[in-house]
Amino acid sequence: METSLVRAHREGASSMRTGKDRLIAGLMLAPSLILLGIFVYGFIGQTVYVSLTDWGRGASLALQPEITFVGLENYRQLFTGILDVRFRQDLVNMVFFSLIFVVACLGMGLFLATLLDRPLKGEGFFRTVFLLPMALSFVVTGTIWRWMLQPRGGVNVLPTLVGLPRLEFLWTTSRQRVLQFNWQAVPQGLILLAAVVLILLGVRAWRRGTRRKALLLGLPGLVAGAYVLLVGRGVNWSGLPFPETHGFNLALIGIIIAATWQMSGYTMALYLAGLRGIPEELREAAQVDGASRLQIYRYVELPLLKPITLSAVVVLGHIALKIFDLIFAMSGPDNAMTSVPAILMYLTTFRGNQFAKGAAIATLLLLLVSLLIIPYMVSTLRKGDEA
Amino acid sequence: MRRTGWYLGVLAVLVAFLLPATACAQSGELEIFSWWAGDEGPALEALIEHYESLYPNVRVINATVTGGAGVNAKAVLKTRMLGGDPPDTFQVHAGQELIGTWVLADRMEDLTFLYEEEGWYDVLPEDLIKLLSTDEGIWSVAVNIHRSNVMYYIPENLEKWGVSVPTTWDEFFEIAPKLQAQGVVPLSVGENWSVIHLWESVALSVLGPDKWEALWTGELAWTSPEVVATWELLDRIMEYTNPDFASLTWQQATDMVVDGEAAFNIMGDWASGYMSTTLGLKPGVDFGWAPSPGTEGIFMMLADSFGLPKGAPNREATIAWLRTVGSREGQDIFNPLKGSISARLDSDLSRYDAYGQSVARDWQTNRIVGSLQHGVVANERFMNDFATTVMEMFLTTRDPVITSNAAHAVALQAGIGL
Repeated sequence: METSLVRAHREGASSMRTGKDRLIAGLMLAPSLILLGIFVYGFIGQTVYVSLTDWGRGASLALQPEITFVGLENYRQLFTGILDVRFRQDLVNMVFFSLIFVVACLGMGLFLATLLDRPLKGEGFFRTVFLLPMALSFVVTGTIWRWMLQPRGGVNVLPTLVGLPRLEFLWTTSRQRVLQFNWQAVPQGLILLAAVVLILLGVRAWRRGTRRKALLLGLPGLVAGAYVLLVGRGVNWSGLPFPETHGFNLALIGIIIAATWQMSGYTMALYLAGLRGIPEELREAAQVDGASRLQIYRYVELPLLKPITLSAVVVLGHIALKIFDLIFAMSGPDNAMTSVPAILMYLTTFRGNQFAKGAAIATLLLLLVSLLIIPYMVSTLRKGDEA
Repeated sequence: MRRTGWYLGVLAVLVAFLLPATACAQSGELEIFSWWAGDEGPALEALIEHYESLYPNVRVINATVTGGAGVNAKAVLKTRMLGGDPPDTFQVHAGQELIGTWVLADRMEDLTFLYEEEGWYDVLPEDLIKLLSTDEGIWSVAVNIHRSNVMYYIPENLEKWGVSVPTTWDEFFEIAPKLQAQGVVPLSVGENWSVIHLWESVALSVLGPDKWEALWTGELAWTSPEVVATWELLDRIMEYTNPDFASLTWQQATDMVVDGEAAFNIMGDWASGYMSTTLGLKPGVDFGWAPSPGTEGIFMMLADSFGLPKGAPNREATIAWLRTVGSREGQDIFNPLKGSISARLDSDLSRYDAYGQSVARDWQTNRIVGSLQHGVVANERFMNDFATTVMEMFLTTRDPVITSNAAHAVALQAGIGL
């Protein structure tokens, strides 16, 4: 009796405390929530609204500019207007840059971390050396690499030191292009890609015995894929009247080298922390089972690094999607071979005074980044709740 | 009686308020917004010093935003103007870059009164005033004049290679193979905007001054055969340029000529300032210049200028600044340091070097037209799309017709000639 009373009393007090705590916490958070609401979400809303107008015609910088609502016209122009070929090329550049940059950083980072994970003299020294580029700003990195990748000096004359002929490659301005494709085929390509992913997910679910899920994923995938292959062949779904070739510009290689140089130290640090976090018992257990060093690495350590890879992909991915300063410093505003939508957005808005179209590019960039960030946040939040 | 006393009292109060306002007309702060730093900084500082000696009560704030040939400064200026915080005056390329953006938006004051008071109509070339004006007024005071269609070379090198300075592009095509045979690049070019700079000189030689102007009033279509011919000619010229042009700054393109890797370079006359000041070459002796081929007697100009934005915090001091900027003394202080010439026909030529004197003589006698790349003849939207789209299409496809069509579409969208 007494104990239950005490417990009731205690619970009451604690709930009162949480109530008060919550109030205080709410009050403390309110200013930042309000500021965030206005300066982040309010301005995102403003940008989206501007992107649906025609702000940028005639007297766009008047105190009260004449702005009319035009719906999705700016987006239509970006994807189907002949004059907006630069935007589509920039988008393709961004995709290639992001993919290669992320993969290169992961590979380099994992390689360096594996090397440093050995008991090694001067590990701290090497760790610092590899991590240091991250302390530079992208503008500094860009300026340094701009010099090093000058076609008339730097990297191109390195072979002459050992008596080989000098390289002639134009690192950031080459007009060579590989993996070419026609933009008009992009809708079909994207649907096919989605179909393949769905089918693969369905197959995996089938193997795991969740038949219902497998059918829900696999069937739409099969239907979409079949539809594209049967109906979409040779049909132009892109809305673009003329064929338009895009591809991977070799000039991007220079940018990728500089970006990877700067960011692979960061992935190295992540992986190193991950490797150090693996309990020694697991390795010992594997050793007892007769696993070689390589097998331990492949079957014990690598699988345990998966969550780190995931967060690294998200962090690097959003850096890649938003990259601006590195490219601006390395190749200036008008080098279309290495340009990305963020640079085009800056030029369209502030040099060309087309505020609405700039806002449309900004909105598309935000959408792309959220495609990457939102699933990650949802999955981490869900995990947090479970814990 | 009592009423009169009351009126007198009010009057006294009013006078008390107004007196300091008139007495301090040229006082307070004056914020001058520009992208002049680095090499061009000293010229601006000298001009500000001159202004401060004339108006000692004004404190000048020299606000510069560097980088990107003014791209960054213009972005900052636009956000400030949109936010209702205009500087007292700002640097802007004279002509459509000012008119198409700020005059159209009704953000500038007409300066006709100043031109009349200072008698500038009599000392400035008529062609220049035409480029600075619309039907509604004159919008800025040009502080300097640069020439865009200049071709540079090293006389000693030309002698060595056995060629002379071409006066037409046909002559250039005759000597170009001869230069290439000796391992010399006939014409050095820099990054994207210097190709536009080259195109405007080439187009001027094909079209001539009247048709060049007709292009900007909409009387000559971008798809007309003459304009297509400008792209055909540029395509032929690009065969004789350095393949790594897109990686080079304009200074590096100039360096190629100085180092004897290239024979000629077409650039604005800041290249002369670079060679004489930075590289220490003697104009007329160590390096030579001529109008770009086919443009003899035509002066393609560009100018930096200052205007009077509506709502300038210190209007009186700004007007005083504009008077200084447009004065003979002010121009002759600024321009020898900047490497440009005075816009006035009565400037003191003894203060300029051999190059400046030669340009000034041409300025007084030549036909004057405006530059595209440097903001005189087209609005910012056209300039931006010309760089991002039209020039890019030319460099990718090298197809004169496709390029002309793209330029035509961009001109329509940007309202050129409307």
